[in-house]
Amino acid sequence: MRPIVLLLLFTLLALAACQREERDTRPQSALGSGEQPTPVTTLEPGGQRPSPTDNKAASFEANAFHLSEGKRLFGWFNCSGCHANGGGGMGPALMDQKWIYGSSMESIHATIRDGRPNGMPSFRDKIPDDQIWELAAFVRSLSGNAPSSAAPSRNDDMMAHPSENRMPDAATLGKSP
Amino acid sequence: MKRLASIAFATAIVLFLQGCAGWQSALDPKGPAASELAWLIWFFAGLCAVVWVLVMAALAVPLMMRSRQHAEPLALDAGADSRKLRVVMIAVGLTAVILVGLTLLSFFANRTLAAIGSDAALTIRVTGHQWWWEVRYEDATPSRILTTANEIHIPAGEPVRLLLTSTDVIHSFWVPSLSGKLDLIPGRMNVLDIKADKPGVYRGQCAEFCGAQHANMGTFIIAEPRAKFDAWWNDQLQPAAAPTGDEAKAGENLFLKRPCVMCHKIGGTPAGGTVAPDLTHVASRQTLAAGTLTMSRGNLAAWIADPQGVKPGAHMPVVDLSGDELNDIVAYLEGLK
Ligand code: HEC
Ligand code: HEC
Ligand SMILES: [Cu+2]
Repeated sequence: MRPIVLLLLFTLLALAACQREERDTRPQSALGSGEQPTPVTTLEPGGQRPSPTDNKAASFEANAFHLSEGKRLFGWFNCSGCHANGGGGMGPALMDQKWIYGSSMESIHATIRDGRPNGMPSFRDKIPDDQIWELAAFVRSLSGNAPSSAAPSRNDDMMAHPSENRMPDAATLGKSP
Repeated sequence: MKRLASIAFATAIVLFLQGCAGWQSALDPKGPAASELAWLIWFFAGLCAVVWVLVMAALAVPLMMRSRQHAEPLALDAGADSRKLRVVMIAVGLTAVILVGLTLLSFFANRTLAAIGSDAALTIRVTGHQWWWEVRYEDATPSRILTTANEIHIPAGEPVRLLLTSTDVIHSFWVPSLSGKLDLIPGRMNVLDIKADKPGVYRGQCAEFCGAQHANMGTFIIAEPRAKFDAWWNDQLQPAAAPTGDEAKAGENLFLKRPCVMCHKIGGTPAGGTVAPDLTHVASRQTLAAGTLTMSRGNLAAWIADPQGVKPGAHMPVVDLSGDELNDIVAYLEGLK
């Protein structure tokens, strides 16, 4: 009796490992369009919005597939040309704790979609909305704002910075406040 | 009843062997490298079959033979012992000779394969991407360098040198009717020489698991007479055909305004993306998305409307287009012969 119960428990535990993240390659229709008014200012009473308010922001943020797609597109769409792997060049650094336009997924999504006055181009018609969300999620991982279980791990070629899943949270640099 | 069974068996064998013919088979060689390999396959298989039958027979004979009853079971028979020893020594010697012989055969076959492209005049760089092939024809004159995708035109009867590499993961280039397989490895350049004896279309397939759509990563070698090949190269060097008709004109505009322009190149327009197949002459190709769909207006529309439905996981996202927009873009692309 006892060994059978043990065996069953063990099998159940082993089966749990079969659980695998779903790769949602076309979430477009299921979720909203992500259209929202461009904020004219990031100033809000009570500081920044505390939690994601768009359902895509919430579902992409901790999803390993979307984060890694965002990483690939960051190279494909030449974000590195101005942001140099996140370290900053002609555009600001994306791996520090300083955000001109806010650190939330929604703000970054709005930045990429609508552009920003001091030289950030608008990608509104040039990148499908889902892919903008993927980029936004990846940009947040550059400053350690993505769960390390989901953020991309090391590159196959030379790396300009530690892999995204090892980036310390830029705001606290790993220290507790 | 017995006759019926044997007829059914014979039919099954014929049908089974039919699978060895066709445009993608190592047993239906269409070039010197593949012929060499096919000969080697048949010779190895034949010799090993003979050896297997002999070994089985050697096993069966003592099993069938009744052992004689000796009056004195413990008596030593020096004559019989040395006979057995001789048989074993001969078997060991034959095995060694066969193994060394086969090794030599494959060594000389390799030399023949390596010599095929020693005087190749044409060099083609094949770069593996998840899940399509980028094909670049090298030329000393920069304006004659040509980039296309998935289909490799070559002159028939001439050796061609392929330089194989990859941008993401390891792929493997295998056109069984023409040659053996060779890997495409990121950061490394492998050299494969091929030659097609006669004009024809030979199918190839990625032969190293490379992700979700590995199975839909096909390629085609299209061997043509030299004159036809030269004409094709010259055609492909031309910029894209200007759109004719309102639909196609609107389609070009949309292509340049929408995300398509971020990834694809169309020569003669501002579209200069290099991360996806070059579409300058997309309609002149026989298939879409690395052999996934045949080229037709309907399939073009199906692919652009929902690439993730046709080839889930492919690196082309679904782009939100209205029915009219889709129609215009397809009309434009269909004209890019
Ligand atoms: C032509 C150069 C250029 C390119 C290409 C570019 N950016 Fe920018 N980016 C900028 C500049 C300049 C700013 C600062 C804008 C400002 O301060 O108004 C900026 C700002 C940003 C910000 C806001 C940073 C903050 O502190 O709030 C984000 C996020 C961002 N870019 C992401 C991207 C992504 C993702 C891509 C690729 C799709 C991209 N950028 C491509 C130049 C560029
Ligand atoms: C994010 C990059 C990207 C965008 C944006 C994109 N494509 Fe693609 N496209 C690809 C990739 C990658 C492939 C190859 C897919 C495969 O075979 O696995 C492809 C394949 C194709 C093909 C088949 C080419 C061939 O020779 O087999 C056509 C046609 C095509 N795309 C048209 C379009 C059109 C039209 C648009 C705009 C509505 C578009 N693409 C937007 C990346 C993109
Ligand atoms: Cu593959």
